Amino acid sequence: MRSQGFFGTMIFGMLDAVRLLLEEVGRVLVLLGRSAGWLFRPPFRYGEFLRQLDFVGAQSVMLIVLTGAFTGMVMALQGYNGLHRYGAESLVGATAALALSRELGPVISALMVVGRVGSAMTAELGTMRNTSQIDALASMAVEPVQYLVVPRIVAATVVLPLLAMVFSFAGMVGAYVVAIHYLGIDSGMFMSGITQYVEAEDITHGLIKAVVFGLTFSLVACYKGFYATGGARGVGIATTQSVVISSVLVLISDYLMTSLMFGST
Amino acid sequence: MVRLENVHKSYGEQKILNGVSFDVRRGSVTTIMGRSGAGKSVLIRHLIGLEKPDSGSIMIAGSNIVRMRPVELNKIRRRIGVLFQEAALFDSLSVRENVAFPMREHLKISEKEIQDLVDDRLEKVGMIRHSEKFPAELSGGMRKRVGLARALALEPEIVFFDEPTSGLDPITRGTIYRLIEATHAAGPITYLMVSHDIEGTMAVSDHVMMLFEGRIAAQGSPEEIRNSTDPAVHQFIWGSAEGPLTVD
Repeated sequence: MRSQGFFGTMIFGMLDAVRLLLEEVGRVLVLLGRSAGWLFRPPFRYGEFLRQLDFVGAQSVMLIVLTGAFTGMVMALQGYNGLHRYGAESLVGATAALALSRELGPVISALMVVGRVGSAMTAELGTMRNTSQIDALASMAVEPVQYLVVPRIVAATVVLPLLAMVFSFAGMVGAYVVAIHYLGIDSGMFMSGITQYVEAEDITHGLIKAVVFGLTFSLVACYKGFYATGGARGVGIATTQSVVISSVLVLISDYLMTSLMFGST
Repeated sequence: MVRLENVHKSYGEQKILNGVSFDVRRGSVTTIMGRSGAGKSVLIRHLIGLEKPDSGSIMIAGSNIVRMRPVELNKIRRRIGVLFQEAALFDSLSVRENVAFPMREHLKISEKEIQDLVDDRLEKVGMIRHSEKFPAELSGGMRKRVGLARALALEPEIVFFDEPTSGLDPITRGTIYRLIEATHAAGPITYLMVSHDIEGTMAVSDHVMMLFEGRIAAQGSPEEIRNSTDPAVHQFIWGSAEGPLTVD
């Protein structure tokens, strides 16, 4: 070890870390492939899918409305602060609408759902793994990936764009209330800025982002839970990792998609 | 009914199963005994197809499950019931829903018929009064009884028991063994248990095997095992600290 030297040890350590990372990414992709394979094979798990739609979607609505409304209210205040200096208060509505539809709607709603739903998915599947419930499913000739993973991933991928829309709408209502009733901006100016500057593409690109975020976080959450070992401590670690990795991946993939979709616009 | 030939399994450097071979007769109650960590639960996982051996064959009802594709393996699994060590009940489902689960998955019958079958299975294990409770509300013994009802839900040909009485008080343990005897007597069914509970399993088993150091070291009727002159078997049966088996 001594002859290897400090830099040699460091390089081997880094290579080992890269190898472990690639192995983990490979296992995640294998789970994605298995899920895609089971998605189109009967029996279709409508009951589980509806349960997950309710859990991921319906039960997140209040949280999304609340965070969306306050985000929009802050957008109006901050937008006014900046635009007021140039006499461009009429653009408060447009800036809020663009920021919400392109970025804040998909990103913040994804981060909220990662915290509320991703953690619960990992903890639930991890507990099932550690108490042999997943083995019990398999022993009863029920494919665990099809029964547990597929409905969660599909529900999250379908629901997140809807939640992002709810977030953006609630944000616009919040921005409107603050802009009109608190900052005294004319309602017609507020609305005309939106119709003038916001294009359908801004909304569709935001929704595409939300689809990718939904798929990403649910895949990470299911992977971390499905393969969690080490009892209660292992489930705790898996849950923390699930939330951290999902959140980071949401932000990284957001940057990549933004640079691809919007370029320099 | 169940036949293993020269099954090997290692995790890294650690050899768990080192050439396990045995035959379980149809309709028998067979117990594999061994110390904690001897590989009994690993063996059960192989028998259900949850793990693949490094080498060797595992025949269930005449079919080698080692090389089976998942769809074929699931056909075999439909003929098997499993009672897991901690019962492995689905904690989001009530007792009734747990027992109904495999029926809903595999039987094309009406909801009324499913409920009648669930009542029958819960009646057999004395849990009908607790059918609306959730697993978290049950004691260890009650969970095992519900696990047994679920294992018997589809009238399997074989039931595997992983430590059916571990962590239970003597009275509850006796109740579980009585249930095992009663349900076995009720139909043509093969029971294979892994356990380290000597007295209880000896009382209900037709055949006993001893798993030491990853292989079957001895087998025979409970009486033959009890009278065995093999030093390891003798030490295990009588719980002696002195002998070839040492504590790590």
